[in-house]
Amino acid sequence: MNLSTFVMRRLLHMIPTLLGVMLLIFVLFNWVGGDPAYILAGKISDPKQIENIRTQLGVNQPYWVQFWIFIKQVCTFDFGRSWATNELVSDVLLTRVVPTLTIMVPVLLLETILAVLFAVLVAYVRGTLTDRMVMLGCTVAMSISFLVYIIVCQWLFGFKLGWFPVQGWSDSFITNLVRYAPLPILLAVMVDLAPSLRLYRSFVLDEMNHDYVRTARAKGLSENTVMLKHVLRNAAIPILTNVGIALPGLFVGSFLLEVFFSIPGLGREVVESVNRSDFPVMKAITVYLAVLTMLTNLLVDVLYRWVDPRVAFK
Amino acid sequence: MSSVMGMPVARSSEGPWRLGWRRLRRDHVAMWSLAITLLFIFIMLASYTGLIARNWNAEVAASYAEPTFDKVTNTDIHSPIGIQRPEAGPPVDISDIDPLAPRYQEWRERTAKIQAVQAAQAVRLPLGADQWGHDVLAKTIKGSEISITVGIVAALLAVFVGTALGALAGYFGGWIDTLLEWLYNVLTSLPYILLILAVAAVFSRGFTTIIMILGLTGWTGIYRLIRAEYLKHTDRAYVRAAQALGASHASRMFRHILPNVSHVILVQFSQNVVGFIKAEVILSFLGLGVPVDMVSWGTILAETQEELVLGKWWQLVAAGGSMAILVTAISMLTDAMRDALDPKLQE
Repeated sequence: MNLSTFVMRRLLHMIPTLLGVMLLIFVLFNWVGGDPAYILAGKISDPKQIENIRTQLGVNQPYWVQFWIFIKQVCTFDFGRSWATNELVSDVLLTRVVPTLTIMVPVLLLETILAVLFAVLVAYVRGTLTDRMVMLGCTVAMSISFLVYIIVCQWLFGFKLGWFPVQGWSDSFITNLVRYAPLPILLAVMVDLAPSLRLYRSFVLDEMNHDYVRTARAKGLSENTVMLKHVLRNAAIPILTNVGIALPGLFVGSFLLEVFFSIPGLGREVVESVNRSDFPVMKAITVYLAVLTMLTNLLVDVLYRWVDPRVAFK
Repeated sequence: MSSVMGMPVARSSEGPWRLGWRRLRRDHVAMWSLAITLLFIFIMLASYTGLIARNWNAEVAASYAEPTFDKVTNTDIHSPIGIQRPEAGPPVDISDIDPLAPRYQEWRERTAKIQAVQAAQAVRLPLGADQWGHDVLAKTIKGSEISITVGIVAALLAVFVGTALGALAGYFGGWIDTLLEWLYNVLTSLPYILLILAVAAVFSRGFTTIIMILGLTGWTGIYRLIRAEYLKHTDRAYVRAAQALGASHASRMFRHILPNVSHVILVQFSQNVVGFIKAEVILSFLGLGVPVDMVSWGTILAETQEELVLGKWWQLVAAGGSMAILVTAISMLTDAMRDALDPKLQE
């Protein structure tokens, strides 16, 4: 099967899944979530006002009409305005995504490079004391709550030592990247490194037991060539899958970091809209993230082919 | 079975569970992890039945009493921390400017008749006290009760749903499998944390709610594994033999195949407990978890950010530390169990 047929077929397969996601979100927010008119009208509510809001939002229509409205919203990128701040939902999404990516793209790059590097090193000395200590360290590091890391490091590096600003964000991309982003990035890399390292080590170890590694050594290739050119290239496939799984999470970012460091990103927006029952914002973020997840999965599958020519599209 | 009744039997081969247990017992790290996990569960049960930490809510100490092992109360030292009255100045007649001044004498006499007893408050406790003078040790134990309960019950729920659906999909295949695969794709096309937050957004906060949220969103991983196992086992000879003997679908699914995949379930269960304990902490911190009148490790950690700025580190260490110890123990036990119960590994 060639590439375009494969991509077309996968795109068609997404339609039922996407409909399912929309149904799920619709049931959650339009049905379980209760009458939005009461949320919007607030505590003092007179019946006329509530009736007005209900007509405006279309919630007094039958459910299938409401679902149709929702589908139209998804297709036209028009979710109306936020219930809490009256901003256009599309504006909310577009402005919040930049700070999140400012943090998360460097995190993903740094974390992947460091984890792969350490994984190869640790796998190379497998079974030794160093290996066992690193693995034990990873298990312990993974057991400490992310909350504890953030609370302690923000206090230590931001408040006590003053190496970084405790929190904040500006309008200039460069200032953000150089001044406000380093501490959150450092924290996220620190916390994500342990699980990735453990996982990638097992991928590398799996490859090291294969015959081709022995052949490569027998040919007299240097250890560097064996590890980096032969083993790592084969271990790249499961590693790539793992990075692909992590990609969609990039956009919600680490919402905890955004909350603690007052970064106006998508993650903090999600938490705030949950607390304010701001359903249009929640619905929009959830739907588009699902679309993005499906597209990244497709992208990863296409990348496989590029990394490993043995993989056939099916 | 027969050997239990004392009858001589031919020595049967060792069952996989006994074999697994024998392998596990040789692993010192696993045994220590198991001991620590059981200790936590024991403390949790003791707290649940009210044997310990029942009065965690009592204000037994001064605000932010420091951690120490020698018990000191404010009756031992003269000036209780925090309360220092200014020296009284010389008496002045202020009835011109204060219309209530003539009545001060009367009030003073009336208050003198009332006996005010100041409760003995510790100024130092083993793990210190929080802002309201609650004993941090008791509070952490009470918090562990909620956190571990949420972790275990939610994991049981997730394992139950995941196993049942995975068995159905893998065993029957066909349209049931297609439908469940669709459901799986829908749920996994959202980042997990966003799914949890979206569900948490529409339900009211509560102890049961958080268990339901975690359990009903967290079953996808185990579903996937169990489905794959059932796909593999359904066509095996022993299942065909059971069918030939007239075993029903339910009997084949749960009496014949289930015991053969139960090691997968056990490992997944303990992995889920760890994941849910961590998730509960984060949700409670965000105010989406347990209700405000309950205390969990998450609600304790939520208080510690401000405390740390004031230099009061003990609650953070108590709650964060006990959580880290438990989670490390369960994680190591899980790794050991996975190896010990792996049927592919030979002696």
